[in-house]
Amino acid sequence: MSLLFKNVKQLVFDIDNFIDTVEQGVLVFKEGVINYINGEKASFADKIERIDRLEATADKLQRKIDDEFYSHSLLPQNVSDIEGMIDKIDEIIDIAKDNLYQFDDELPFIPKELVNDYIRLADTSVEAALSVFPAARTFFREPLKVKEMLAKVYFYEKEADKISRNIKRKLFHDMKDLHLSQKIHLRYFALHIETISDRAESLADMLSILALKMSI
Amino acid sequence: MIILFYLSSGLFLGWSLGANDAANVFGTAVGSRMIRFKTAAIVASIFVILGAVIQGAGANHTLGKLGNVSTIAAAFTVALAAALTVYWMTRMSLPVSTSQAIVGAIIGWNFYTSNPTDLGILTKIVTTWVSGPILGGVFAILLFMLVKKLTKKSSIHLLYRDSFIRYGLLAVGAFGAYSLGANNIANVMGVFTGAVDLPVIDLGIVQFSSTQQLFFIGGIAIAIGITTYSKHIMETVGNSLMPLTPEAAIVVVLSQALVLFIFSSQGLSNAIQSIGLPAIPLVPVSSSQVVIGSIIGIGLYKGGKEIKYNILGSISLGWVATPIVAGIIAFFMLFFVNNVFQKDVGVDRKIERRIEIVNGSGTKAVGANDTLVLSNSIEKKSDTSTDYTPVGKEQSSKHEVGSTAIYLWIGLSILFIAILVLLYYLWTKGKKVWLVKHEIKSLEEKYLLKIESLEKSLKDKIHRQDDLGKELKFRQGEMVTMAMSIIHKNEFLNSLKNEIVKIKANIRDQEIRLGLNKLSLMITQDLSIDRDREKFQMHINEQNSNFIHQLTETFPSMTDNEKRLASLLRLNLSSKEIASILNISPKSVEMNRYRLRKKLKVDPKVSLSDFIRNFL
Repeated sequence: MSLLFKNVKQLVFDIDNFIDTVEQGVLVFKEGVINYINGEKASFADKIERIDRLEATADKLQRKIDDEFYSHSLLPQNVSDIEGMIDKIDEIIDIAKDNLYQFDDELPFIPKELVNDYIRLADTSVEAALSVFPAARTFFREPLKVKEMLAKVYFYEKEADKISRNIKRKLFHDMKDLHLSQKIHLRYFALHIETISDRAESLADMLSILALKMSI
Repeated sequence: MIILFYLSSGLFLGWSLGANDAANVFGTAVGSRMIRFKTAAIVASIFVILGAVIQGAGANHTLGKLGNVSTIAAAFTVALAAALTVYWMTRMSLPVSTSQAIVGAIIGWNFYTSNPTDLGILTKIVTTWVSGPILGGVFAILLFMLVKKLTKKSSIHLLYRDSFIRYGLLAVGAFGAYSLGANNIANVMGVFTGAVDLPVIDLGIVQFSSTQQLFFIGGIAIAIGITTYSKHIMETVGNSLMPLTPEAAIVVVLSQALVLFIFSSQGLSNAIQSIGLPAIPLVPVSSSQVVIGSIIGIGLYKGGKEIKYNILGSISLGWVATPIVAGIIAFFMLFFVNNVFQKDVGVDRKIERRIEIVNGSGTKAVGANDTLVLSNSIEKKSDTSTDYTPVGKEQSSKHEVGSTAIYLWIGLSILFIAILVLLYYLWTKGKKVWLVKHEIKSLEEKYLLKIESLEKSLKDKIHRQDDLGKELKFRQGEMVTMAMSIIHKNEFLNSLKNEIVKIKANIRDQEIRLGLNKLSLMITQDLSIDRDREKFQMHINEQNSNFIHQLTETFPSMTDNEKRLASLLRLNLSSKEIASILNISPKSVEMNRYRLRKKLKVDPKVSLSDFIRNFL
């Protein structure tokens, strides 16, 4: 008929663990970007390895959560929404991992004038993601409170947009010394980092709709 | 064995009650996959039987007061009339309830046997029918408010909440099934309790009276109805009545269970009486109507926008139409059984009483409330047929009595066979419908799965398309930026070249003139062999490879220059800008555009740039 409470406890633990893993992944991404910009190669390599492991753990947990939901037909009325939400959370760590690998593969040259901007961009973009995870956790306990927790996500996402635009403006308006290919390359990286906050915003949108659905 | 034959109509009524009304208790839980049907059926069956045996007597007592059907043949006929009414009205998609059908059939019996119908009891019953759904609605509102308040305040994890709801649905379902058994068993077996007297079963700790044994048999019939046919109803009707959230489903089932419990609990009624309040009428009420009342209650609490008020009209129609239809059917069937099969349906006893009163043989008349022992019924039948049947019959010989008995048995056998055929027909039809619906359901499930996977892949594709769209926009912007920088550079070099020509005209010094010539040549060379431009061209070709490929496929005669021009036009660059990038004059660009237009056979009304941009 139903899961015993013991199994429910395990699933609740798995969901929390999954969100924790993604959260850690995002933090590792931020540290990785800072390591790369500061030229700390060993630390950067360590971050790559860590994010790789975290992403694999998140995938494993996601599959486990999926199986539990479907095999015990838990929350039958909301299962597809919750699966969609978990997909979106997983997307964030996937993108963080891909982006960090892109730094490793493409070795973008970051001029000194832009170092602070890129660090700020990574920080703000990651902050948007970090603000959405507590809301995702709250969704499972107090769905009605989710909406008020999302303001921060939207704020950081807009900030990240601004910083990214600022970087592009500097690249194409002020930095005449750089070759166009370099400018384009750097612009790509601003875009990559910014994607984290975009995905966080998309998750926030979904959460606010789900919270509304739960309140009806 | 003969008892079972007579009870068959009541058992059929019990089976249909189990098949239909179990959905009111577990419909939403099973329909929404919160509880498996197997679990629901086991719990419902056990608790229906318990409710019927432990608490079924209260409502039965009131029905007995309305009309105590005193012979087994009459009881069979009344139950059959009610069952046929329920079946026929369900087939006609008319609102119907077993409670109302049985009351109508009893009144029909009262009419046929000239038994007076106690209007006080009838009023009590009808008032309960009306107050049942209203009370259900009131309970639902109060419980829904409570649930809302609790869920709003609590911060339980959704998964724990889900488990609590499952256990809650199971618990209230068990209570609902218990109340259903307690309240509605009188509909199924009530008419037989006055006509059948079974020996008491003494198990030492508990004793089972005749009524309880009958209710146990009736409870089993309801349980069979639940296990054999209610799955289909739970999965279709149970959920389609109104899509309820699991929390609302708990409220609705609990409200219904409370109403049915209140109208069947003798203990509660006594307790209320003991504090000076009027007794609760113990009357069988329609569980479906209480459920509708409860759902309407929730709808009213939510603002009343979703309520279909015409359903209230259909309930009221049920209150009036069902008893009338059942009463008429019962009347005619009793007439048939009494006159064709010569079975005692209670009329003879009436005559007996009259005769006794006339003869003054005793102050205590043999009333309709007396119970007939089955074993005696046949004997009594022979007694009554000799003593009180019409004059012609009185004079008939033993041979005639024997042939009547044979006709009676033939008639009964035919009726039995007819009932069996009817049941078989209903069963096969039901099975066919079930098979078709099952197939439809499995197909629906398949399609739903397919739709789900298609939706997912569509979502992914849309996502990917969005990403690609972003990248395309980004790359187009990139190319435009690149083009603009080339344009700016070339414009600058051209103006520099013009300045050199101007300066050269005023300079006489040969050496300086030579230097200026060299400078001008360098600029010209740079303009014609521009590395940035080459890169840009490469970039353009790379980015537009698919577009160029398609263009070549459609228009094979296109030259490389024309393809390059088309690629630049795709970036929405003006002729002047293209001229600067290709280091040709704007006039040449215009000419090339004209040729390209001719080659691509573009309608004069359509802009060439639009045509190219919309080409892919």
